[in-house]
Amino acid sequence: MPNSPSDRATPDRATPDRSPSDRSPSDRSEAPRRVTVQRKGPLLMEGPVEVELEDGSVVTSDRFRVALCTCRRSRRYPWCDTSHRDRV
Amino acid sequence: MEHDRGAPGLPAPRGPLSEGVEAYLRGAGRLPRLEDVARAAVYGEDLQLALYLCYELHYRGFAGVSPDREWDPELLRTRAALEHRFLSALRADARLHDGVDEALAGLLVEPVDGTGVSHFLRDEGELWHLREYAAQRSLYHLKEADPHAWVLPRLWGRAKAGMAAVEFDEWGGGRADRVHARLFADLMTDLGLDTAYGRYVDAACAEALVTVNLMSLFGLHRSLRGALVGHFATVEITSSPGSRRLAEAMRRTGAGPAAEHFYDEHVEADAVHEQVVRHDVIGGLLEEEPQLAADVAFGIDATGFVEDRFGARLLADWRASLSSLRAPLDRETAHIS
Repeated sequence: MPNSPSDRATPDRATPDRSPSDRSPSDRSEAPRRVTVQRKGPLLMEGPVEVELEDGSVVTSDRFRVALCTCRRSRRYPWCDTSHRDRV
Repeated sequence: MEHDRGAPGLPAPRGPLSEGVEAYLRGAGRLPRLEDVARAAVYGEDLQLALYLCYELHYRGFAGVSPDREWDPELLRTRAALEHRFLSALRADARLHDGVDEALAGLLVEPVDGTGVSHFLRDEGELWHLREYAAQRSLYHLKEADPHAWVLPRLWGRAKAGMAAVEFDEWGGGRADRVHARLFADLMTDLGLDTAYGRYVDAACAEALVTVNLMSLFGLHRSLRGALVGHFATVEITSSPGSRRLAEAMRRTGAGPAAEHFYDEHVEADAVHEQVVRHDVIGGLLEEEPQLAADVAFGIDATGFVEDRFGARLLADWRASLSSLRAPLDRETAHIS
C-alpha cells in the first residue's frame, strides 16, 4: 500500500535506484522473479514493479506484491481492483 | 501502581455487567455475578460493552486503570463467561457453510443490485451519515490490523509469511504516515471528528461493538486461529469493492482528500491482500492444519453475520432519518465547506 495516489500515475518517474534500465545486469538478483498466473484473476508478482502502458507512459507500484489486471475491466488499470469478479 | 498515560477514560456503563466490570477496574466494586452474565442479552449493549472493556486492556487500557488488570484472574474469569455466551451464540446463529470454498464463494462475486451500507452511502449518503459511519468504525480503524497480529505466533511457513506481509502493509510498510490507522485518523479530521483513541466508544451502538469484539475474541485465542484467518480473509475480500463505493461517497459529498484517500488506498491494497490471504494464508494454514477448515469457514460466516447486523442497524436508523449513535457528535465541521 505504500504508494500515494501521486505515485501511481506519474509517467516516467525518474527513480534511478528503481529503474531497471539504469541498472547493470550484474545488479539484478540471480533469482528469477516469479509471476503467478490464474485462470481467473490478476497476475501476481513481487513488487516493486514498473509497468509500461500502451501509450509509452510508465507507472510504478512499490507494494510488496502487485496484482496486475488481466480482465481489462479495472478502473485502476493496470492494477487489479477486483472488477474481474462475476456479477450476480 | 502505574497507569497508562493518554489512554481513554472509561465509557459510561450500559447496564449491570458493564457497571460491575468498570467498578472492578477502578478498584471500587465487585465484578458482575455469573448469573447476570448468563441472563443478559448476548448481542446487547451491556454484555457487549462489558466484553469490550475486558478486551481493551489488551490494547491501550483506560486512564486510571492499572495495566496489570489485563491478566487479573478474577477479571479473566468474568471475561471467559462473557466470551462463552458470545461464542456459543455465534456458533448457533452464524454458521452457514461447512467448507471454506463454499464460504468464500459467496464473497467472491459482486451483487449487481447491492443494498448494503456502502451502496447507501455512495448513492444517497450525506455528510452526517459519513460522519456517523466513521465514528462507529473508528473503534476498529484506529487500531486497524492490530487484533490480527495475535495470530502471527500461531502460524507457520507460507501462512505466517503471507499474514506478516499483509500486516506490514496495513501498518504502513515501515512508514508511520502510511499506517492505516493514521490514514483513518486523517479521514476523521477531514470529517471534523476527534481522532483521540476511544473517543467514540460512548457513541457506538452494540452492533458496532460486536464487530470489534469478534476480532478480539478470535485474535486472543489460539484455539480460534482458524476463525481469525477466516475473519481476516472476509474483510480483505469484501473491502476492495466496498472501499470503492465509500471513496465515491467521500468524493460526492466533498468530504476531503484524506477521506477519499483512505478508501482509494484500500481499493488497490486490498485487491492484493485478498490474493495473498486466500492463496498463502488460508492455503498455507490448511496445508499445515487441514482440521481447521471448519473453523476458517466459521470465521467467514461469523464475520458476515456481525457485519450484516451492523449494516442493518445503520440502514434502519438512517432510513427513518434517525441517528445511529448513542451520543450526538460535536458539530465541529467548520472546515467542511
